[in-house]
Amino acid sequence: MRLISNRMARREAITGYIFASPWIIGFVLFTAYPIVASIIYSFMDYNILETPRWIGIKNYIDLINDRTFWLSLGNTCYYVIFNVPLNMIIGLSIALLLSMDIKGIAVYRTLYYMPSIVPLVASSVLWSWIFNPNFGILTHTVRLLGLTPPAWLSDPKWAKPSLIIMSLWGAGGGMIIYLAGLKNIPRTYYEAAELDGASVWRKFIHVTLPMLSPTLFFQLIMGLIGSFQVFTQAFVMTGGGPNESTLFYVLYLYRNAFQFWKMGYASAMAWVLFVIIMFLTWLNFVISKYWVFYDQA
Amino acid sequence: MSTVTRKFNALDFIIGSGWQVRRARRKFFSKMFAHLVLIAGAIIFVFPLLWLVSTSLKPDTQIFKVPPELIPRPIMWENYTRMWRHFPFLMFLKNTVLVVVLSMAGVLISAPLVAYAFARLRWPGRNFLFMILLGTMMLPGQVTMIPLYILFNKWGWVDTFYPLWVPAWFGGGAFNIFLIRQFLMTIPKELEESAVIDGASHFKIYWKIMLPLINPVLTTVAIFQFMGAWNDFMGPLIYINDQSKYTLSLGLRMFQQQTSASQTEFGMLMAATTIMVIPVIIFFFLGQKRFIEGVIITGMKA
Repeated sequence: MRLISNRMARREAITGYIFASPWIIGFVLFTAYPIVASIIYSFMDYNILETPRWIGIKNYIDLINDRTFWLSLGNTCYYVIFNVPLNMIIGLSIALLLSMDIKGIAVYRTLYYMPSIVPLVASSVLWSWIFNPNFGILTHTVRLLGLTPPAWLSDPKWAKPSLIIMSLWGAGGGMIIYLAGLKNIPRTYYEAAELDGASVWRKFIHVTLPMLSPTLFFQLIMGLIGSFQVFTQAFVMTGGGPNESTLFYVLYLYRNAFQFWKMGYASAMAWVLFVIIMFLTWLNFVISKYWVFYDQA
Repeated sequence: MSTVTRKFNALDFIIGSGWQVRRARRKFFSKMFAHLVLIAGAIIFVFPLLWLVSTSLKPDTQIFKVPPELIPRPIMWENYTRMWRHFPFLMFLKNTVLVVVLSMAGVLISAPLVAYAFARLRWPGRNFLFMILLGTMMLPGQVTMIPLYILFNKWGWVDTFYPLWVPAWFGGGAFNIFLIRQFLMTIPKELEESAVIDGASHFKIYWKIMLPLINPVLTTVAIFQFMGAWNDFMGPLIYINDQSKYTLSLGLRMFQQQTSASQTEFGMLMAATTIMVIPVIIFFFLGQKRFIEGVIITGMKA
């Protein structure tokens, strides 16, 4: 009997490896090897045409002295600091309104969600038109309100906020997830709070937010990772300008790799980005102990 | 609670002053307020898309009119037909469809296999490798981007479609595997145990029992992959040089550079953009329920 079960376990194990083999091979070839290679390249001077040359930590030292590197990092931080929280606040606000047991929720949900699935290149082209300083509809709307419209993407001060406004158009993506999270909160918690005479605001602070905090936490992490990699909008709409005000980290990385062919330098940038993202994720996990509430039930 | 609120009639609701009435009235007004805010918000969210379609149907003279008009007059279908001729759009569309179909096939064939191994089979190292799989979801693509380019360059794959779809055949991405695995975990163990006792092989169980059951989640994965491949910009940007191999996203960007230089043909540009958006919206509506389920599972990660 034991022999048979042994044989079956072995058969299962072999089958397991066979079934998993596409991913295992893919992981080794397209993830593990590139990770190792990337670390090695980051210590090299390599322009693809000539053989790579070992230069130690020179790439990293050059980064520290590279004004444009710091500029792109600063631009990206600006984008992340405003984009992530604003996206969360707007997404959550819509979700809260929709969770009020309202009629036509399916229609609202679809309408708010749709912009978030529009291809980024397409929305970049569309918003370039909306932001057009002469004929753009946003320019016109601001004029209607009796204000002087900024030059949006052509103004170094306004280019980043413009890209953030465009990104907020996709806040419906988060809304869907918050809405699902809100639905998972047991009604009894609210009823208990009502019996204690809790106001709407107190119910939000003491029931909704704690119960939703794991979802908010996960969205915060994913939002940070995603926003740090902002690229397409800047590439299509501004090309990094005006005055390098939208030269984001990944855009500068892309330029180093595929325009200046500084593969080693770009690899070093990729690792610095990786470390920044990991550090922020770690930091969030540490802070999460103070605000994320996991219901054991 | 609803039984309480139904104890009075419409007139009471308007002029009454009891606590029940006050409460119902407050609820009514807060709902009205929510509707108002939601409608206003929905208009703001949908308007850019309306504006896109409207501009795509306008003659150039109306596009640059101040104040702007929403309704195209006359409706210029010519923007679409001219765009088709003026611009190798059909070729870009063909290239995009090729990449989308090949990568979708790769994901739909390989991801369920891998997910089955992680969800239903016991093999040494499974849990460790699953942790690694989850870890790869956090890895920013830029870290592997450069060595992959160098690797594909050595293989002579630069300026071919291979880098855009071949990797999809190797498991189809961590998110898709994770999604299918979560679904497979919910299928009761008894279902395959009886088959195992009958001597059925794991391949047979996978093919005959599991695949038919996971159809819903495969729909989700198919939509995800469609959108991912259709929308992809950086991949084609890095690997495709020759214009005859451009995908729609590269073509659209090229077209935009031409029009923004000349400040003309905005109608045609918006027509091209509309063409790029429409399939995504159609796919979304076809699989809305499954798609949103998938977004929620990966978005909350339970």
